[in-house]
Amino acid sequence: MSTNRQAAASNPWRAPILFAFLAILFVLEGTVRNSMFSGSWNTALAILNMGLISAITALGVNMQWGYAGLFNVGVVGFLALGGVAPVLVSLQPVEGAWQAGGPRVLFALAVGVGTLALATQVWKRLHRGRTLAMLAVLLVGFVLYRGLFDPAVTAIEANNPARHGNLGGLGLPVLMSWLVGGAFAAAAAWAVGKVALGLRSDYLAIATLGIGEIIVAVLKNEDWLARGVKNVTSIPRPVPYEIDLQQNPEFVEFATRWGFSAAEASGIWVKLCYMLLFLVVLLSIILLAELALKSPWGRMMRAIRDNETAAEAMGKDVTARHLQVFVLGSAVIGIAGAMMITQDGLMAPVSYNPLRYTFLIWVMVIVGGSGNNWGAVLGAVLIWFLWIKAEVWGPELIGLLTSPLPEGGLKEHLLDSSAHMRFIAMGLVLLLVLRFAPRGLVPEN
Amino acid sequence: MDILNALVAFLNFVFIPAAAYGAQLALGALGVTLIYGILRFSNFAHGDTMAFGTAVTILATWGLQAMGVSLGPLPTALLALPFGIAATAAMVLLTDQAVYRFYRVKKSAPIILVMASVGVMFLMNGITRLLIGVDEQRFADGTRFVIDVRTFKAMTGLQEGLALKTTQVLTVVVALLVVWALFWFLNRTKSGKAMRAYSDNEDLALLSGIDPEKVVRMTWIIAASLATIAGVLYGLDKAFKPFNYFQILLPIFAAAIVGGLGNPLGAIAGGFVVAFSEVAITYPWLKVARYLFPGWQPEGLLQLLGTEYKFAVSFVILIAVLLFKPTGLFRGKSV
Repeated sequence: MSTNRQAAASNPWRAPILFAFLAILFVLEGTVRNSMFSGSWNTALAILNMGLISAITALGVNMQWGYAGLFNVGVVGFLALGGVAPVLVSLQPVEGAWQAGGPRVLFALAVGVGTLALATQVWKRLHRGRTLAMLAVLLVGFVLYRGLFDPAVTAIEANNPARHGNLGGLGLPVLMSWLVGGAFAAAAAWAVGKVALGLRSDYLAIATLGIGEIIVAVLKNEDWLARGVKNVTSIPRPVPYEIDLQQNPEFVEFATRWGFSAAEASGIWVKLCYMLLFLVVLLSIILLAELALKSPWGRMMRAIRDNETAAEAMGKDVTARHLQVFVLGSAVIGIAGAMMITQDGLMAPVSYNPLRYTFLIWVMVIVGGSGNNWGAVLGAVLIWFLWIKAEVWGPELIGLLTSPLPEGGLKEHLLDSSAHMRFIAMGLVLLLVLRFAPRGLVPEN
Repeated sequence: MDILNALVAFLNFVFIPAAAYGAQLALGALGVTLIYGILRFSNFAHGDTMAFGTAVTILATWGLQAMGVSLGPLPTALLALPFGIAATAAMVLLTDQAVYRFYRVKKSAPIILVMASVGVMFLMNGITRLLIGVDEQRFADGTRFVIDVRTFKAMTGLQEGLALKTTQVLTVVVALLVVWALFWFLNRTKSGKAMRAYSDNEDLALLSGIDPEKVVRMTWIIAASLATIAGVLYGLDKAFKPFNYFQILLPIFAAAIVGGLGNPLGAIAGGFVVAFSEVAITYPWLKVARYLFPGWQPEGLLQLLGTEYKFAVSFVILIAVLLFKPTGLFRGKSV
């Protein structure tokens, strides 16, 4: 991409016009009811909120790719890891779970991490026979870890398995968990980056692909952590509940004054509250990112991205800076993951699909304009809108296209599989933008 | 007797499945490594290329079955394989012309090609879903077992049974044949030598009058054939499900990197290293241990890691190789 980054004069009105177009799309979705739009503000705001979360994820990816040229293929993993935070932070403590095995699990995890640290030290300090010594440390550590970990997990999972069987949370405010989610993702990113950065650029991509799959597998199978595939429900909300609003006479009166039914208005109100929260997070991250990008640090990052050899010759530690920006970007993705779980109120590990949460985010970043924060936001909300609407528009389009075909097996097959067209469309969009407009809708300036 | 029983249990649950799986991974990793050697990028679309080739082969198998063609004891899919290979080769040549060629001519950074391959992955994934849907398909027919558990027990009088599936034997035999043919091609024919020369030193190869486009085309055709064969063998042995072919990408990459990216011999070794580690680490050794140490009553199943974490094994191997020997066991192209 380095060859495409020459700063061509771009139209200053380009970004505002595109954002205005996006706004029109959402207003149409909220007001017009026909075969293309739902005409419901609830739907429009739901799409917008998820679009804002995608935008924050895209900002994280954009930091890694746009500032440093790092290809992270494990976005889904960091997003999922961030999602664990609301469960562990804000859920009410589970009765008896902590007594059953809480300290033991923590101790076992500490032993596991300690083993890895000790093995690293053995490898660094010893010279003769260090391979054997390191393997011995790892073996003993693993046996010790499993010996401590397994009974503790069995004890926790045996504690009221129908309702809980997990460790439970700390009962703290859910908003706090957003930062914790970022910290979780950052820690995982540090571990992966430490290993895979500084080697060929492909290796980071492959390593992140792996860590993404493993994190999702852990969430699916470790019931003590977040109940695995049994899902955690009723994660507390930072905003009011619809049912409380509907029972509040003042709110009902307020709703009728605006011409909405109480049920509809309460949904809209809750979504607006979420939207405000998300916007605050989004704008602060953009502000920080823009400040960083304009600082000497940002100029150094771009210099490294555009010519690693030259930057290294100037005495910049390329690998360390890459690690730094990789951790920062992943932290932002983790925050988005925690926000997503907070909004859904539900932790369902099965829903973490790499095509949807890794590659779709990449399409958003590339389409929006890699290296440009506003571009990433625009791309994210636009692509998310299209991704949702493709569910409605896809079958209609195919119906239209296949209308000249005779009734029969082929036509039916095409109509049935219109859902898969979304993947083809996304692949095409990614390839076309990458080739014909590599700087995206809103280019870097 | 107990030692024999332990050995049979080991063969039945560890050695035979791992050998078959290793052969499938090796074929997949060969494709990845060849593309890396010649085109110099990691092809993320390889898993979905395997899925596409398998889907076409399954459709052709159904067609042949409908026409009443069968191979007797062998799966009909073997007859359908050439159709799958042809379609996949056409497909990847088309994507090369439409997508990769542009970046190759422009000499873009490898990571851009990786990203383009992600786009191709999306496309292939969608096309595969369109062709055959997302459900699991079982298309193995013919005789199921070469030796089944009951016959084996009757034959030997051992307590442990041994089952050898036709697909497992077939996988290993086909993989051996394919690898032999590939190495013969690379080492003995003029085109194969041109490919190796291009992989070793692009500029020198160009100066010697080797047509780069021809080398690239050949690479894609070989990679598509390897991918289709690997995919069909994997599908025959387990079952065909498009999403599994995306997930198998990680072990395949791990195998290629363990062996050294760009090194065909390494890819084969890597495939078996990954497969044997994966099966050995996720197998509950309790049964084998009971035969070997009759007095020992261990708690638990003696399973190092649950099968749901089998991908973690490839990942750990990958990390270990990146940490200690980033060029792979067999010195691959570059760090």
